[in-house]
Amino acid sequence: MELVVFYLFAALAVVTALVVVFVQRAVYGALSLIVCFAAIAGLFVQMEAKFLGAIQIIVYAGAIMVLFLFVIMLLDPQKEIFVGRKPALLIYASPLVIFFGYVLLRALLDAPQPAQGSLAERGAIREVAHALFQDYLLPFELTGILILVAVLGAMVLTKRRPAETE
Amino acid sequence: MVPTSHYLILGAILFAIGSFGVIFRRNAITMFMCVEIMLNAVNLTLVAYSRSFNQVDGQIFVIFVMVVAAAEAAVGLALIVLLNKRRGTLDVDQIDTMRW
Repeated sequence: MELVVFYLFAALAVVTALVVVFVQRAVYGALSLIVCFAAIAGLFVQMEAKFLGAIQIIVYAGAIMVLFLFVIMLLDPQKEIFVGRKPALLIYASPLVIFFGYVLLRALLDAPQPAQGSLAERGAIREVAHALFQDYLLPFELTGILILVAVLGAMVLTKRRPAETE
Repeated sequence: MVPTSHYLILGAILFAIGSFGVIFRRNAITMFMCVEIMLNAVNLTLVAYSRSFNQVDGQIFVIFVMVVAAAEAAVGLALIVLLNKRRGTLDVDQIDTMRW
């Protein structure tokens, strides 16, 4: 049963990811990517990372993808700015990516894999909170500064400058 | 329980799809979305190893990856908007001022 759920989510994630790569219009790609993220959130929940599953939906499928859709809608699709694919690149990209994927697969599967335990018994969310706010407190605070810098950077970049000429 | 190798294979496949998209597509926004797929593939691998090692640290890294991805999306999309305003195109082949 678990395996069936895994294959369902995995197939959904792979298919929607392929749609993102091959569909011509960016809007459809973005909508497909939301489904892909939702499928990955399902896999997180299946791996007893329930908190991450919730965060995946709220932050990724919610906030980040809304930002993407906003920008896509903001840019005028009528102006032919949405350039498509380059068939010539297919010839270079395919063998490169297949080889790369094979190497990645070998590396991941040859890595040591210890016996599986279960985080769920100890209450995974409590464990995450303890690790995040005790062991990783400094990185956690630093990411706050990172977010602040990113927000300021985005504002400064898109600010309208009165003296600017095209 | 689904074996860890299944998740690792799925992560590798998704990462390969994402990298293929980055090479194949020339639209800046679509390339950006493919980078997000790659980030998610890595997140999946991290959570799979976190479960496999029975340690929660992998999940903490995933949280940090998500934060960095959010910051990257904010700045990157601001750059794309700016680029479109100045050049009127999102074709990365036409934006070649800093290329030799």
